[in-house]
Amino acid sequence: MTPPLLEVKHLRVEFAQRRGTLRALDDVSFTIAPGEVLGVVGESGAGKSLTGAAIIGLLEPPGRVSAGEILLNGRRIDNLPDEAMRRVRGREIGAIFQDPLTSLNPVYTIGRQLIETIQTHLNLSHAAARRRAIELLQSTGITAATERIDHYPHQFSGGMRQRVVIALALAAEPKLVIADEPTTALDVSIQAQIIALIKRLCREHGTAVMLVTHDMGVIAETADRVAVMYAGRIAEIGPVSDVIHRPQHPYTRGLMGSIPSMAHDVERLAQIDGSMPRLTSIPSGCAFNPRCPDRFDRCTRERPDLMRVAASEAACWLVEQGTPAGAETAAEVAP
Amino acid sequence: MNARAPAAPADKVLVEVRDAARYFDVSPPLLNRLLEGKPRLLLKAVDGVSFDIRQGETLGLVGESGCGKSTVARLLVGLYTATRGTIRIAGSPVAMLATTAGRDLRRRVQMIFQDPYASLNPRWRVGRIVAEPLDVHGLIGEDGSVSRDSGRIAARVDELLAQVGLSPADRPKYPHQFSGGQRQRISIARALATRPDFLVCDEPTSALDVSVQAQVLNLMKDLQQRLGLTYLFISHNLAVVRHVADRVGVMYCGRIVEMADKATIFREARHPYTRMLLEAIPDIEMTGKGRVPVAGEVPNPLAPPPGCAFHPRCPHANERCKVELPVARVIAGGAIIACHADEEGRLPALSAEVLLD
Repeated sequence: MTPPLLEVKHLRVEFAQRRGTLRALDDVSFTIAPGEVLGVVGESGAGKSLTGAAIIGLLEPPGRVSAGEILLNGRRIDNLPDEAMRRVRGREIGAIFQDPLTSLNPVYTIGRQLIETIQTHLNLSHAAARRRAIELLQSTGITAATERIDHYPHQFSGGMRQRVVIALALAAEPKLVIADEPTTALDVSIQAQIIALIKRLCREHGTAVMLVTHDMGVIAETADRVAVMYAGRIAEIGPVSDVIHRPQHPYTRGLMGSIPSMAHDVERLAQIDGSMPRLTSIPSGCAFNPRCPDRFDRCTRERPDLMRVAASEAACWLVEQGTPAGAETAAEVAP
Repeated sequence: MNARAPAAPADKVLVEVRDAARYFDVSPPLLNRLLEGKPRLLLKAVDGVSFDIRQGETLGLVGESGCGKSTVARLLVGLYTATRGTIRIAGSPVAMLATTAGRDLRRRVQMIFQDPYASLNPRWRVGRIVAEPLDVHGLIGEDGSVSRDSGRIAARVDELLAQVGLSPADRPKYPHQFSGGQRQRISIARALATRPDFLVCDEPTSALDVSVQAQVLNLMKDLQQRLGLTYLFISHNLAVVRHVADRVGVMYCGRIVEMADKATIFREARHPYTRMLLEAIPDIEMTGKGRVPVAGEVPNPLAPPPGCAFHPRCPHANERCKVELPVARVIAGGAIIACHADEEGRLPALSAEVLLD
């Protein structure tokens, strides 16, 4: 097996608060292979965006990585000084955020922003950088790129702006792109175009992607593997079709059953009662235990770590017991 | 006077919309028009829609942002007045809503909004929020009788909270003490307070996480069965609409391009735009499958293309589509479609992938 491009080991992110320390991420470990697309799903507050922010070193203080390591190509990047991390960002890790309007500077033309990024990371003359910027815009499907390059962000539609942001993220040919909800702000027809674009460009450039989204449909179509996060930890991680069709963790199972599907009708959606705990009051043992239909004593006392089951890993005591929850598919779970 | 009968005949029309339109004047200020010769500018948010909603059914309305679906919702509850056309709910014109004579109609039509963080007054306790419609309309009994007894109003608030899965103990709390899903339950309780017949739901679950969305959708279905409610359910999420709706209307650029019962729309969609939308939704059953994304974007509503607004993106467009606006035709099964290519039989039969089966 090829060595992983990105390796996250036992990552913990904490926010120091007046009333004690808030642990937003705890013991998060995963790897991304070169060229692989890892989807990260979870509900708001599960820690998926925070994981992305920790990797590119953009945690907002007082948030900080308090334990664990992040390795890119075998080199630790979580403890780099600011200046060194700035060179990693953009050059080795690109980023695409949800709202394309706030990712672009409204007072500069997109050409100026692209050329600046290219010249920061690559040793190119202004003319060569401009040529490369035009090529990038063309590869993201912007027609008449030679004229559009001198336009300002507000002259583009939402979908077109997101294409510009993708061009910016790929400007220095990074090996890893962190895409945080890249299609959430877009309409479905545009969303499909952007997903297809991200897939095509990453395949052409061999770029690995960490795709953070709450939309399981996007993950199903785009990702090779998927990590399901719950209350700051990974509940389950595995190949995308295994996680969708043979979920091992009761949370994943509930999540899959709660998504209305286009393929089959159910009278009622599977329902996970309650809501995700606040970070200030994460229950002891397994964080999911108060909402779990299959809970038993051990779940309230001991916290399960990820355990291997078939091709996936799940953090659930049922897995260790050998009676995993995912005996049936998500579709059949609906009562 | 009270028409809330769960066992009402299925074909009784509750809401009747005929050629409704709403234009917004977005002209530059008068001085600019005079000095710079700029023209008047009209945004045709909704431009001639007609449909019926039958008693006890859920009509889903889908479309991309800016297609006019929320404007339709606001027209139905009287938040906007129609520029043209008529809207009748249970036989009474919606234009009457703003008058004193419209009081009973106001009681019978309620709305649930998208953002439960913005639609609840943060400084009011839950009990007061849910009781407000009862203060305005009085307590409505099962038989339509009106009472203003405060003790009975409090009991009714408890009953409403229980109905949406909250507890009477939540009455003295403030909205910020609740999660998004619970807040949406409060909005639903408030909407149900006056025993309405018709609920207009504008993207009621779009701001919620999927597992919470499932809770709210299940609740809305239960309430519909129990109370015989009629819903207009607006969403951009086709999978959600497929789950809740009996019939589905598809909007594009202020017009309804296709409307049919759920099974027809999702299995035998005819309009090229509907087919495109169905093609475009990512679905969890689609692992590893590729798709051909549709080119183009939604046109600028200030300058919609002439003829059929969809023609620049339509693979079947011809010269006629570029100049002549297609009129909505009623076809077999009561479905409505507005497409020249369909009328002329130029559309290819559905391919297997489009069927999504």
